[in-house]
Amino acid sequence: MVPSGEMLAHGELWTVKELFTYPNEFIYWSVQIVMYPFMTGLVAGAFVLSSLYHVFGVQQLKDMARFALVFSFALLFAAPMPIVLHLQFPFRGIEIFMTPHFTSAIAAFGVVFFTYGAIVASELWFLYRKHFVEVSLRLREKQDKTLVEWFQYLIFCSLTLGVYDVSEEALHRDEKAIKILAGVGIPVACFLHGYAGFIFGSVKANALWMTPLMPVIFIMSAVVSGIALCMLTYIIVMEIRRFLAARKRLSGPGRFTSTEEIKGVEVHVIKLTAKYLVLFLVAAISLELLDLIFRGYTALKSWDVVRSVLYDRDFYDIFIMQYVIGNLVPLILFLIPGLTIRRAVVGVMLVLFGVFMMRWNVVIGGQAFSLTFAGYMHYHLPIIPHNWETFKEGLGGALSIFIMPFVLFWVIAKIFPVFAEAKQE
Amino acid sequence: MISRRKFLKNTALGIAGGALSLAAFEIIDPKKLMALEAADGKKIRWVFLVDTYKCVGCGMCVKACKLENEIPYDASVTRTWVERYVLTKDGKVHADTPKGARDGFTTSKIDLGVSEEAAPKDILAKPEENGVHTYEDINPADIDKAFFVPKLCNQCENPPCVQVCPVGATYQAPDGVVLVDRTWCIGCGYCIMGCPYGVRFFHPVYHTAEKCNFCYHRITKPDPQNPKTFMKTACVQACPFGARQIGNIKDPNDPVTKIIMTERVGVLKEEYGTKPQVFYIGLDKEVR
Repeated sequence: MVPSGEMLAHGELWTVKELFTYPNEFIYWSVQIVMYPFMTGLVAGAFVLSSLYHVFGVQQLKDMARFALVFSFALLFAAPMPIVLHLQFPFRGIEIFMTPHFTSAIAAFGVVFFTYGAIVASELWFLYRKHFVEVSLRLREKQDKTLVEWFQYLIFCSLTLGVYDVSEEALHRDEKAIKILAGVGIPVACFLHGYAGFIFGSVKANALWMTPLMPVIFIMSAVVSGIALCMLTYIIVMEIRRFLAARKRLSGPGRFTSTEEIKGVEVHVIKLTAKYLVLFLVAAISLELLDLIFRGYTALKSWDVVRSVLYDRDFYDIFIMQYVIGNLVPLILFLIPGLTIRRAVVGVMLVLFGVFMMRWNVVIGGQAFSLTFAGYMHYHLPIIPHNWETFKEGLGGALSIFIMPFVLFWVIAKIFPVFAEAKQE
Repeated sequence: MISRRKFLKNTALGIAGGALSLAAFEIIDPKKLMALEAADGKKIRWVFLVDTYKCVGCGMCVKACKLENEIPYDASVTRTWVERYVLTKDGKVHADTPKGARDGFTTSKIDLGVSEEAAPKDILAKPEENGVHTYEDINPADIDKAFFVPKLCNQCENPPCVQVCPVGATYQAPDGVVLVDRTWCIGCGYCIMGCPYGVRFFHPVYHTAEKCNFCYHRITKPDPQNPKTFMKTACVQACPFGARQIGNIKDPNDPVTKIIMTERVGVLKEEYGTKPQVFYIGLDKEVR
């Protein structure tokens, strides 16, 4: 019998304890802590993708780079939200920034997050400076501005930061700045996410988490998930645009439609991006397998219980869902020659699912066994919320977090147009 | 005219020089130093001693702790608990701690918890019916040895919970006890994950991290019966068999210190490097 109401300890609601466990053990880190590394991984991955063009000059990725950078910015705002929903005192969360206790890995969050945010924001500013100037100048000249246009004018005017120099020379300097920022941003993005891995990897009490490989594994899978999400969103957005363009053409004959609008997704962009995705996917899988083999080979005290979780209790989640469906199947899909858009969509969706399952298996799997090494805990994800707690740390909360960056992207893309021709409108 | 480069250089030098001079001229006053040493409580380092031979698993300590420290009586979380170990001839270890042994061990059967099969499909619907516990009956003839082990916070010398707190809401007092500031804890649960002994949990009413603090409100006050000593923890006072003792390891005349120094004692999970300060007499290798 479990006590009800106020006498219910946090975590007790969704934890089933089997065999010998300590009385205070529950699944304390639930689905929101799965979402946290998943979301920061997407941020880091999207940024790395955009840097491929800016730093390494992969010309084919020009469209994608712009897109990925804006998306990374949108994701950035969503990244700390899982933590806020997880905290018992969300309003005290600000203390992580105000009174950081630097021996804690979490305390570095403020520094890393804001450094990274500043880099992305300034890179975006350099990238879109010309656009800001153009829009604000156009609106300034316009005589009878509507209220919305006044508002727009105000936003874009302030976004120019008072710099209206868009000469060839100035723009050239911008490009140089972008290149530097993108270059500096890569290690910072990796740090942002590697540090999320460090949060887990440094918990010495947890036999499954504690490995120095954890940050590296997290970075690799982060880049994989970031590229996958960018590809998916890019394909969806391009297809929607093509669909809308086709409908417009039907309704209004004689209207000029640019080739940009009708062509939809460019297969060569997808093919190239998929190559990078496969590269990082192979690295991620290799590291994870190395970790697995190493654990079995060294067989420390905890191995008996860890093995029973990996190969028995969580076998389905780890080997079927994560490795086969989330890693192996998309790898084969991408490696078969003649990649089509449809196949790419299936592939990236599976990859995203695989990375999510990896986070799940780390966070929930790490709490699936007791500190006694003689008992187990099962997590039951709250699906139908019974109260605020089961909503925020349940399916509803996790989905809200996942949807958030898409909504933010839609808003942010109004200020930073992702597609070149949007400027002509 | 001074160039910009030179101006910046001189400014930086000036600031650096100014800062250095302030730091360099602070003279250490020996009196001040002695006063600091006396006031920092370094004369006290609380430790705990558990004699597992004396423990009978009555659970009076758990009961007393819950009442003393206002941990909801019916909540399954607890600051201290007692574990039962039964080692059978087939080499198996059977262990349990039903309700943290708040009511003692009322049956000889071992509590196996709730198996995944026995758990209801939607455990949220009726949390009070959160699955049926199964029990294992052990034939007394098969038992090699059996014993009880009380558990509580180890007040580690190198506490991982303090290290991982992102806001410094949990800290180590100068006398070694690790405390939690309920007004500062953000409730992230990192300390709970960081503790290898599973002594931490979220308080069901305050929702902040909670742990055994050796009844800090008691041990810092003089004992009314013997004002030269401090009050004992609730569990020490409640134990009818003297299985639990608290002492000051800095005091060589403390009976607890004498035992730790002269007898063979063990600590839990030494391999984590936490330097636990709860010492056990008669600790078995099978204790988790």
